[in-house]
Amino acid sequence: MKPISFDYLKAGSTEEAVAALADGGDDARIIAGGMSLVPMLNFRLVEPSILIDISKIAGNNYIREDGGMVEVGCATRQAQLEKWDGLAEKLPLLAAAIPFIGHYQTRARGTVCGSLSHADPSSELPLSLATLGGEVVLTSKSGQRRLSADAFQTGMLSTAKRADEIVTAARYPVREKGAGYAFTEMAQRRGDFAIVALAGVATGSKIRLGIGGVADRPTVREWDVLDGSALDDALNEFAWDLGGYDDIHATARYRRELVRRLGKRVIEEAKSCRS
Amino acid sequence: MPQLSKDARHPVTLTLNGVEVSDYAEPRMLLSDFLTHTIGITSCHVGCEHGVCGACTVLIDGVVSRACLTFAVQADGTTVETAESLASDEGELSDLQKAFKKHHGLQCGYCTPGILMSLTAWLKENPKPTEEELRDMLSGHLCRCTGYVGMVKAVLDYCENREG
Repeated sequence: MKPISFDYLKAGSTEEAVAALADGGDDARIIAGGMSLVPMLNFRLVEPSILIDISKIAGNNYIREDGGMVEVGCATRQAQLEKWDGLAEKLPLLAAAIPFIGHYQTRARGTVCGSLSHADPSSELPLSLATLGGEVVLTSKSGQRRLSADAFQTGMLSTAKRADEIVTAARYPVREKGAGYAFTEMAQRRGDFAIVALAGVATGSKIRLGIGGVADRPTVREWDVLDGSALDDALNEFAWDLGGYDDIHATARYRRELVRRLGKRVIEEAKSCRS
Repeated sequence: MPQLSKDARHPVTLTLNGVEVSDYAEPRMLLSDFLTHTIGITSCHVGCEHGVCGACTVLIDGVVSRACLTFAVQADGTTVETAESLASDEGELSDLQKAFKKHHGLQCGYCTPGILMSLTAWLKENPKPTEEELRDMLSGHLCRCTGYVGMVKAVLDYCENREG
């Protein structure tokens, strides 16, 4: 339960971090909060040549509004976003989702961008980003690019991030006027990985549902507003399309049933919070 | 800051419970091991060593942290508080510790230092928690003796009766 030996660099700036990442090659790893990475290091699932610590880069610790988006820097902890004054008004989906992330003790250290980079298919922050249609900012020595959530997360624990890139910011769209938002999940214990996580958005004409924990990445579907049996049918079709898998915690069948039952509940809740 | 080589031990200086301490650590050394085996304190317990059980929880610059998910070199220059900081120099327990004792908030005591450190940070942000909020926060710690009942009673009693 001890990591292999690695070099360590506490980066003072993004420039220093991307330069070290380019020099370090495929075995260099970025660490910010470490809440997902360090367990993998302790289990030796990850064996880096160098850890580049970006958590102390002051310029990357921010939450700000920019062009209809709330941008969160890569040194910003989940707890900072949880306590951000504008959260309930600007990002109501995240206000509902963040309390489900791990525990108080891990949110204090874990970062928003770190969770997106880790790309666990059941995680709340990637699911929220996908459901809202947000994007990530990737920075390397050669410049910056933005990717939509959909293009970014490519599978279980895998993303379109190149080995020389850092996720330097996450951009979550600000609440749509009049829209309602809801989030819930099913886990065996409080703070455990979700068996199924669900994010719902309802506007005057559309309903949207994002599902985590069933497919290999967060998956989002949108419909014209549906009710009653038409909604049941749509959710049933979505559940079958997601497939799901059996594991020690739940069967694929149980996961699909959660999509149907909790999916309906989340959509109804999102509808009822429309303003 | 220069890159620290994996093959060498590097100076790490902490303000630990109000006292400056210095020693050396390889980059891969966990803060939990540094505190226990290098510095020699006894309250930073290691249960799972992957961030789940919470027994190693300490405060780093006031932020609640799993010492088993932190490397000693990352903590260089910070202020670290452990359960040793709670009782007075004369050995008198803090009010929170007394409440744990009164309500049987511990049995074997292995998880207790981590829980006390989480509470130290959390009760500053949430001075009057409900039982539900408290149980949600305690979900970040595993205790296999008490069933949490005594612990919950202790914290609620402490919050109700503390001064200020």
